[in-house]
Amino acid sequence: MSKAANLLSWIDERIPLSNTWDKHVGKYYAPKNFNFWYYFGSLALLVLVLQIVTGIFLTMNYKADGELAFKSVEYIMRDVNWGWLIRYMHSTGASMFFVVVYLHMMRGIMYGSYKKPRELLWIFGMLIYLVLMAEAFMGYLLPWGQMSFWGAQVIISLFGAIPFVGDAITLWLRGDFVVADSTLNRFFALHVIAMPLVLIGLVFVHIVALHEVGSNNPDGIDIKKTKGADGIPLDGIPFHPYYTVKDLVGVVVFFIVFFAIVFFAPEMGGYFLEHANYIPADPLKTPEHIAPVWYFTPFYAILRAMPDKLMGVIAMFSAIAVLFFLPWIDRSPVRSIRYRSVAYKAILIAFVVSFIILGYYGMQPVTPAGTWISRLCSLIYFGFFVALWFISKDESTKPLPERVTY
Amino acid sequence: MKLFRKLLTSSVLVTSLVAATVVSINGAMAAGGGAELEHFTPVRTDKALQRGAKVFVNYCMGCHTADYHRYSHFARDAGLSDEAVVNNLIFTTDSEGETNKIGSLMASNMSKEYGKEAFGAVPPNLALTARSRGVDWLYTYMKSFYLDESRPLGANNVVYPNVGMPHVLADLQGWQQLEHKTDDEGHEINVLRPLTAGTLSPEEYDDTITDLVSFLDYLGDPNREARHSLGIKVMLFLFLFLIVAIMLKKEYWKDIPHNH
Amino acid sequence: MATDRVAPGQDGNPDGVDKKRRRLLTRTAGVVGAAGALAMVVPFVSSMAPSARARAAGAPVEIDISKLEPGQRVIVEWRGKPVWVLRRTPELLESLEKVKGDLSDPESEDSDQPEYAQNEFRSYEDRQEILVMVGLCTHLGCSPTFRPEVAPADLGDDWMGGFFCPCHGSRFDIAGRVYKGMPAPTNLEVPPYYFMNENRVLVGDSGGQV
Repeated sequence: MSKAANLLSWIDERIPLSNTWDKHVGKYYAPKNFNFWYYFGSLALLVLVLQIVTGIFLTMNYKADGELAFKSVEYIMRDVNWGWLIRYMHSTGASMFFVVVYLHMMRGIMYGSYKKPRELLWIFGMLIYLVLMAEAFMGYLLPWGQMSFWGAQVIISLFGAIPFVGDAITLWLRGDFVVADSTLNRFFALHVIAMPLVLIGLVFVHIVALHEVGSNNPDGIDIKKTKGADGIPLDGIPFHPYYTVKDLVGVVVFFIVFFAIVFFAPEMGGYFLEHANYIPADPLKTPEHIAPVWYFTPFYAILRAMPDKLMGVIAMFSAIAVLFFLPWIDRSPVRSIRYRSVAYKAILIAFVVSFIILGYYGMQPVTPAGTWISRLCSLIYFGFFVALWFISKDESTKPLPERVTY
Repeated sequence: MKLFRKLLTSSVLVTSLVAATVVSINGAMAAGGGAELEHFTPVRTDKALQRGAKVFVNYCMGCHTADYHRYSHFARDAGLSDEAVVNNLIFTTDSEGETNKIGSLMASNMSKEYGKEAFGAVPPNLALTARSRGVDWLYTYMKSFYLDESRPLGANNVVYPNVGMPHVLADLQGWQQLEHKTDDEGHEINVLRPLTAGTLSPEEYDDTITDLVSFLDYLGDPNREARHSLGIKVMLFLFLFLIVAIMLKKEYWKDIPHNH
Repeated sequence: MATDRVAPGQDGNPDGVDKKRRRLLTRTAGVVGAAGALAMVVPFVSSMAPSARARAAGAPVEIDISKLEPGQRVIVEWRGKPVWVLRRTPELLESLEKVKGDLSDPESEDSDQPEYAQNEFRSYEDRQEILVMVGLCTHLGCSPTFRPEVAPADLGDDWMGGFFCPCHGSRFDIAGRVYKGMPAPTNLEVPPYYFMNENRVLVGDSGGQV
């Protein structure tokens, strides 16, 4: 045996290194018909790593203090060697995280990846999305600009809509009568350690769950039904090297987009870094127009569409909560959109379009027309789940193929 | 069926693209605020930066601070020696009354308390104004002061009505007067007419403002040049990497047989 | 029975695979990827080096020595470190020759100082009385105490005046040279400095002298 092989067997006798590699990479058999939509899972993992690494380096120079925070960000941008690159990577990474995660979720919905036996996989994914929103929201307070401050003020005030205990809860969340130094300090603690720990834990179980049940595919059929003599699915191919080299292409394309933004348009016209956030937080003066960062705006639009504060808050949280129940709302046994009815395709398109329009109106100042369009789109958003429940009952689906399309 | 899938995919992408475009157009318009803004393109040459810095330290830094940025950083970016900056551009002093060193932040000597008392509000830090307001706003603002005896300091501004700031460059520009007119469609519009002449001609004043706003643009985003030139190299590298990655993927995927 | 998972072939290599090409591509991708990763490491490592603020704060420090009496020492801060400026008396300067035999590096050959201070006095030859030195022990970085008196009770009868490190007991003469058998490996460090004029010293800059 060679020295390397000796060392490997020495390690394998102590921890299951080769076993783990084989189980999750080397002999993890994934369907061979993954398409474009299947890049975003590995990309989400990549962005998570990028955010953690850039975040660690930002923490080395950032000051979580109401007096110092804003200036320390400018210190990073100007005085720290390469600080601007690290900071722009982190701010761009935040938005790109949501781009990737939204596309990843879209994939899950289109190909029915939440259906039996992947219900838990879907729920873990939804939890990741939820924690990610909390993580992004808290991170946005840290630069301590006007948008940071007033965004946090507005979102925390949402909890004030809870009957009886609302005011006490908002006071407790802020630790002060307005968003203040204490709020900044606790958001910093949660953003840099608590949420990332939860996030990593959830990502871990998400992947464990995936590798237990195996990956779904664009045809939505079970590749384990057709096995070869060796007991391995005929349409399954080892993750390594086939999907490692394929994902490498995805990673490079992602980096081209990512670094194009970082180097040439880090503000993204005010959508990744809002203009008003270049003014230090001022508790006495609200900016003329405050909007959350783009990835929250669909839900923000639903909130504003409701005529009543409590109803708005309930509607907003329901819009996220309802996604958790998708595995049970969709009753069709057929997973992939490829073999489903025209009715299903129609409501899905309506759902996606309404989500995008809501996202647009969530960024705009309130206008009567905008409010009515938001109401209509909110109705379509929730209507999708109602319609899905009925349509999927006895849906006339197309016959499934025996083997995947490749 | 395959066509339908493609349609769905592309409709999602197209919708997002259209939404993004609409959003950015609206965003660009929203940034304008009340008055009509002149479009401004910053000049990024060493000479323009040097001239702009001179206007800035002489006319702005008496009241406004820019204490996120260092003189040494500016010296490097504007192609000036440390000595040249120390001798010509540093008029501020440290807490012990000694002239600031080349490595110090560009902090004003006016205290926040004094500023609040004199102008009603602390004059804002100007290091990031080009990013929060935009250069169009700054350029138009600097040209929109007019004589208004009702204001405590005798000046008002079309772009920023009732601003606390006096017209610091009145000596250079001369005074303007605000006139209300009615355009062809019957809308009331504001027109600024020159009232007195300044030491500079209108063209020279525009050049001075161009230098100043270009300097403020630099101050807001000092690393833009470095970012762009590095960005091009990174893009070239990534495209090279992409070619290799695609070839590698194709090579391995030759192994995978098609099902039909 | 062969599966049709991958195209059939021998030795685990499907038919028609150009092994050379595959290896070449894998290696190229590995090299290009590693180069990119390495380039990405640079900014992160570099971000931990002193920032513009730290460098500005570490700029040379000017000291007025006109009021410094013989035998007196002042401490100034340069790059956050204590720097001693001492005006030595003729008696103290004489002691340097006497202790030479007990020193570990009397010629300062293994120690840290600008070339112009590599002499018995560890200062400019024409300004022997002025000693400028970083006041941190070369052992583990404590700041030694200034003990100019001769033969104090705690340091023994043969003490000719010098510096004593309270942390681990290292002894130095009045030019910062370490005695034999001490934990400190080398003499105390002399920073770059120069005389701007008779009474002003600039610490942190050699003023063009080597």
